[in-house]
Amino acid sequence: MPKLYTGAEIVFKCLEDQKVEHIFGYPGGAVLPIYDELKNHTSIKHILVRHEQGAGHAAEGYARSSGKPGVVLVTSGPGATNVVTALTDAYMDSVPLVCISGQVPTHLIGTDAFQECDTTGITRPCTKHNWLVKDINDLSEIMHEAFKVATTGRPGPVLVDIPKDIQFAKTKYKKPKKEKKLNGKSNNKFSQKQIDQLIDLLKNAKKPVIYSGGGVINSGPKASDALREFVELTGFPITSTLQGLGAYPGDDNQFLGMLGMHGTYEANNAMHDCDLLINIGARFDDRITGKIDEFSPNSKKVHIDIDPSSINKIIKVDLAIVGDVTKVIGKVNKTILKKKNGHNKSNKSNIAKWWEQIQKWRGKDSLNFVNSNDSIKPQHAVQRLYELTKDKDTYVTTEVGQHQMWAAQHYKFNKPNRWMTSGGLGTMGYGLPAAVGVQIAHPEKLVVDIAGEASVLMTMQEMSTAVQYNLPIKIFILNNQYMGMVRQWQELLHEKNYSESYSEALPDFLKMAEAYGCKGIKAENPSELDEKIQEMIDYKGPVIFDCHVDPNENCFPMIPSGKPHNQMILGPNDQEENKIKGKGKALV
Amino acid sequence: MPKSKSAYSIPTKREKSDTYIFVVWVDNEAGVLARVVGLFSGRGYNIESLAVAEVDAVKNISRITIVTTGTPQVIDQIKLQLAKLVPVHKVAEFKREDKNVIFKEMALFKITGNKKKMEKCLSACKKFDLVVLDETKTSKVIQITALRREIDKISKKLKPWGLISASRTGAVAMTRGAKIFN
Repeated sequence: MPKLYTGAEIVFKCLEDQKVEHIFGYPGGAVLPIYDELKNHTSIKHILVRHEQGAGHAAEGYARSSGKPGVVLVTSGPGATNVVTALTDAYMDSVPLVCISGQVPTHLIGTDAFQECDTTGITRPCTKHNWLVKDINDLSEIMHEAFKVATTGRPGPVLVDIPKDIQFAKTKYKKPKKEKKLNGKSNNKFSQKQIDQLIDLLKNAKKPVIYSGGGVINSGPKASDALREFVELTGFPITSTLQGLGAYPGDDNQFLGMLGMHGTYEANNAMHDCDLLINIGARFDDRITGKIDEFSPNSKKVHIDIDPSSINKIIKVDLAIVGDVTKVIGKVNKTILKKKNGHNKSNKSNIAKWWEQIQKWRGKDSLNFVNSNDSIKPQHAVQRLYELTKDKDTYVTTEVGQHQMWAAQHYKFNKPNRWMTSGGLGTMGYGLPAAVGVQIAHPEKLVVDIAGEASVLMTMQEMSTAVQYNLPIKIFILNNQYMGMVRQWQELLHEKNYSESYSEALPDFLKMAEAYGCKGIKAENPSELDEKIQEMIDYKGPVIFDCHVDPNENCFPMIPSGKPHNQMILGPNDQEENKIKGKGKALV
Repeated sequence: MPKSKSAYSIPTKREKSDTYIFVVWVDNEAGVLARVVGLFSGRGYNIESLAVAEVDAVKNISRITIVTTGTPQVIDQIKLQLAKLVPVHKVAEFKREDKNVIFKEMALFKITGNKKKMEKCLSACKKFDLVVLDETKTSKVIQITALRREIDKISKKLKPWGLISASRTGAVAMTRGAKIFN
């Protein structure tokens, strides 16, 4: 007679077999049997958050920085509804999460029982798949499949809802099956013929550009290696989406910087004027494309993506290759090397003129800003933070808003998995809990959350988590007292009607740090900035850094809404020039 | 062009929409229909009609037939998004005008009135595989199978002749000849 286990024990046996080391969670009535079982499984460490949304974002930070799925454990009702934002965030940004939620006992489902909600109904549109476990005999299989669905293909969140009586019920445990077919949802459907077609396009391109995205990061570090080799072999310029930063070194000469709404002038113009556009693991998001009809009008477009539904969703492409980036680019590189037959001759000479043009665009120095001796410019703060942390293999998370864009523009990433930001959903309050998760995965590394004062207040309670586990995360707040991005849009598009975008009665962040039991640092003057940042880096423990920045600074360059890539608004220097010519107004 | 105040792009020219029929094979499990229907409503796709039932009790497979309208790009997206759902096994789609596919809807009509009017109704319905399911001196329940637009037309016609209640199914579809969907 094989041993019988309770549902709660089976949950942990599955987690152990899936090699889970950390779970982020918050207890409650409907998950108590699982919490009761925690003590018997020493290989799994539970991180107690202060709000379930924090658990979700922490698990996201953990997953994105480590490449392993993040695991969340919450109770029924409010526990489950609180985690919905994080699940949606993970769904939009393709982050593998496994969320286990408690549910009221099976016989009470549908009776509006205490802390009951239709968890699988609520989370259906924001997960890859979810399960309500109604029979204890299905539990092991569902748990294993949950991990499989979360981590294969285009990764994403899944949820397993386990009623309390199922957690108590007993059955046999089933080990994960090897290679269970998921309705034939295979990930690599490309052929050598497609690769050869791509090579032909590469050969004939005169104005090519590579546009890489988060798919490269999700495919693992090998994908970044393959991408670097591909860029070196072709000599092509490369730009990256917000999520793809770090897949290619940010300080390399072939890198044009980020593209899109707040991307660089050279990247966006290259996208507009190119004759060959190679999208590797990105999804033609609307922050990238700008006006669809005028998006890269004269180019052949290639799209490499693991998700077939990403192809032709927004932009019609000429060549689609469905597959894992590592596999596809690996194959492309091999084919290029083989065709060259040892001769190291490429079409680099073909694109020399193109590079000259790109250099001209670069000459605009579109990320420039007018620095000041009186007040700290937020861009300057990010640049100083970068200079002082770049030799440390730093992990950076952000909240959402101006500070996020400045971080993306001015912090240069050289390795994948070092940059965690909420791109698709744009969740204010993401960065602090994400930093908690990153620090759990990388206890020895420097983890900085580049934050805005409005965003960070949304999940500030997780400082308590950081203090409890002595996680030395650094919360670097660019404090401009405004919801900066909202204010910027109001300034540019709503006649400076700053409706509700100013935060009155902000807390004193130094006292807040003290109250949480961590260190607070404040910087108000550019002359003290470096010294204070160094103090933050050197401090062994969590820090809240209140960096008072110029409240009127806007994030440039930017593509105004409804405009194509080649009609960017540049920074204040350029706007001054335009004003003289009388064109300034037309640009906003 | 008016100045946009939106952080989003302005909708651009739309392609022509056509009517398509999707046939989806799914695991017959709790919530599967909600997943399929939720995908349509969540992404703003349109459902004109829907028919679903288990077709293989051993393999536990249900077949869902959905009539929808959309531009070719939207139709392509619907197909790919459906195929991504975990309980979905396969998806087939075809245009309504496709000559190689039969599709049919069924309707039940309740007619009341005098004998003459009811006779009129019956003869109008004759060409749609008419079956009389129930009759009394003053009423009849009849069943017809036809295309959606034929049923639309006939029900309009029967109204003045005593049609007091109509119940209709969604369309179901099958390919002609020996070939099956794949």
